[in-house]
Amino acid sequence: MYGKGRIIPALILFLGLMTAPMWFKSGDVSKLPKPEKPKDYTECVAPTQFMRTAHMQLLNEWRDDILREGGSRTGKTANGTEYVRSLQNGCMKCHSDKKKFCDDCHNYASVKPYCWDCHLQPKEAM
Amino acid sequence: MRILSPFIAVLALIAVALVAAQVPGGQALMGIILPYLAFALFLGGVVYRVVQWAKSPVPFRIPTTCGQANSLPWIKQNKIDCPSTKLGVIARMILEVALFRSLFRNTKAEMYEGPKLVYGSSKFLWLFALLFHYSFLVIVLRHMRLFMDPVPGFVAALEFGDGFLQIGSPVFYQTDALFLGAIAFLFLRRIFLANIRYISLPADYFPLLLIFGIALTGILMRTVFRVDVVAIKQLTHGLATFSPAIAGQIGSIFFIHIFLVCTLLIYFPYSKLMHMAGVFMSPTRNMINNSRMVRHINPWNDPNIKPHSYAAYEDEFREFMKESGIPVEKE
Ligand code: HEC
Ligand code: HEC
Ligand code: HEC
Repeated sequence: MYGKGRIIPALILFLGLMTAPMWFKSGDVSKLPKPEKPKDYTECVAPTQFMRTAHMQLLNEWRDDILREGGSRTGKTANGTEYVRSLQNGCMKCHSDKKKFCDDCHNYASVKPYCWDCHLQPKEAM
Repeated sequence: MRILSPFIAVLALIAVALVAAQVPGGQALMGIILPYLAFALFLGGVVYRVVQWAKSPVPFRIPTTCGQANSLPWIKQNKIDCPSTKLGVIARMILEVALFRSLFRNTKAEMYEGPKLVYGSSKFLWLFALLFHYSFLVIVLRHMRLFMDPVPGFVAALEFGDGFLQIGSPVFYQTDALFLGAIAFLFLRRIFLANIRYISLPADYFPLLLIFGIALTGILMRTVFRVDVVAIKQLTHGLATFSPAIAGQIGSIFFIHIFLVCTLLIYFPYSKLMHMAGVFMSPTRNMINNSRMVRHINPWNDPNIKPHSYAAYEDEFREFMKESGIPVEKE
């Protein structure tokens, strides 16, 4: 092999970078988010699995529907639970602890919804 | 057509993944075993190819000279395009690897009436290649949020910057659009330019289609067929910490995505995609053009073989040469 002095360090650097998540601060796998579910309510505005995967799309739909199409500000689930179609007055009424619910997942998945630039979190609202 | 077989291959891969995601055990196979296998083959393959290349001697200086070589003091040297120092080579390599300088020099030849042949500059390939590679880099780095916990700050910063238009929810990433646009350009260029189409092989179309498939399934997963990102991170973070588990409901689209990614990883070391490492090892770029300043001895010269001058050669073969009428210098 020629150029050992350069190629071997370069290969080690390459392998190190590629496997970085395996050795660098990869953290504890068992530390999963456990969003605290509301105690006073039994169901969400849509089936739980749907909420887990697509709640951000639902919020976007609500926002566009209410603010642009003049859609209704209230809704009802198939089981008859009535709710307010609103980020602050709907989601956050049932999920009143943002830190223990929304943020728990979001920190894990590294998302920072910018909604709170304008919308108020439950504690601030009080 | 040479484009049909790679197209069918990618569709077949998608179909395999779609079926395998439904059968019991298929998810563990595609989500855990295959990624480890593919990653090991990728790393091993890249190292193997690089070592293979490093074993080939490059006894002569063969840099492509793209400018004036070092010469008399009053002739201005092009220090980067025809480097005669280590520093010049380093500058040349950085520009090549980070900015694709040689693509910037791409020209196109056109025939006009006359007939007149005209060469012009053609920067589109350079521009879209640059967009493609940098978007790909950003996308790969953004994925690190799924493999690390806590997520490093630069990944969060990339996500923020990439989504700063704040369109929709989940936010739209600009690199996704740039990436698709750049692949479309690189692909359509091979279809619409007759001369490029002529030299395009299945091995050119396949990686483009495969990467397009990866990008498309990724974007679909974000926008149309939503998946449970928490369950997916549990799996992918588990992969990085050697304790993977498939929990919750993960949509089939995720398995198609990861299956295509694994195919890419396995295919990578044995394909043209190895230019990732190859660019660093191209003697035409990484050699100092100093053959007029330094004497380079061929490393595999056998010291037992002594120089054999023409005069000695003629002495040895004079009779035969005369016989067959070949002129000789000394009678
Ligand atoms: C009427 C009260 C109520 C409202 C309004 C409500 N939720 Fe829920 N939500 C719940 C309950 C109760 C659960 C737990 C359901 C279960 O365990 O099956 C839940 C579950 C969820 C989950 C799944 C959590 C998990 O760990 O699986 C998400 C995500 C969620 N809600 C988000 C939202 C968002 C976003 C909104 C506003 C669009 C909202 N919820 C509005 C009551 C509500
Ligand atoms: C620039 C400030 C701003 C930002 C950022 C913002 N909103 Fe809003 N949002 C508003 C305003 C103003 C209204 C109108 C309030 C009303 O009419 O009740 C509104 C209304 C809404 C509504 C319907 C009414 C209600 O009470 O909730 C929804 C749903 C909503 N926003 C969701 C979101 C989501 C989700 C995000 C983050 C992705 C977000 N918003 C970010 C300003 C903002
Ligand atoms: C089960 C975990 C979970 C819970 C609970 C949860 N989220 Fe999310 N949320 C996610 C994940 C994961 C994403 C990122 C999805 C992605 O990257 O595709 C996300 C993304 C979002 C986004 C889009 C952010 C962006 O910038 O793309 C909004 C808005 C959002 N969540 C609002 C909420 C609100 C409001 C709550 C609390 C009522 C909540 N979420 C609770 C998991 C959760």
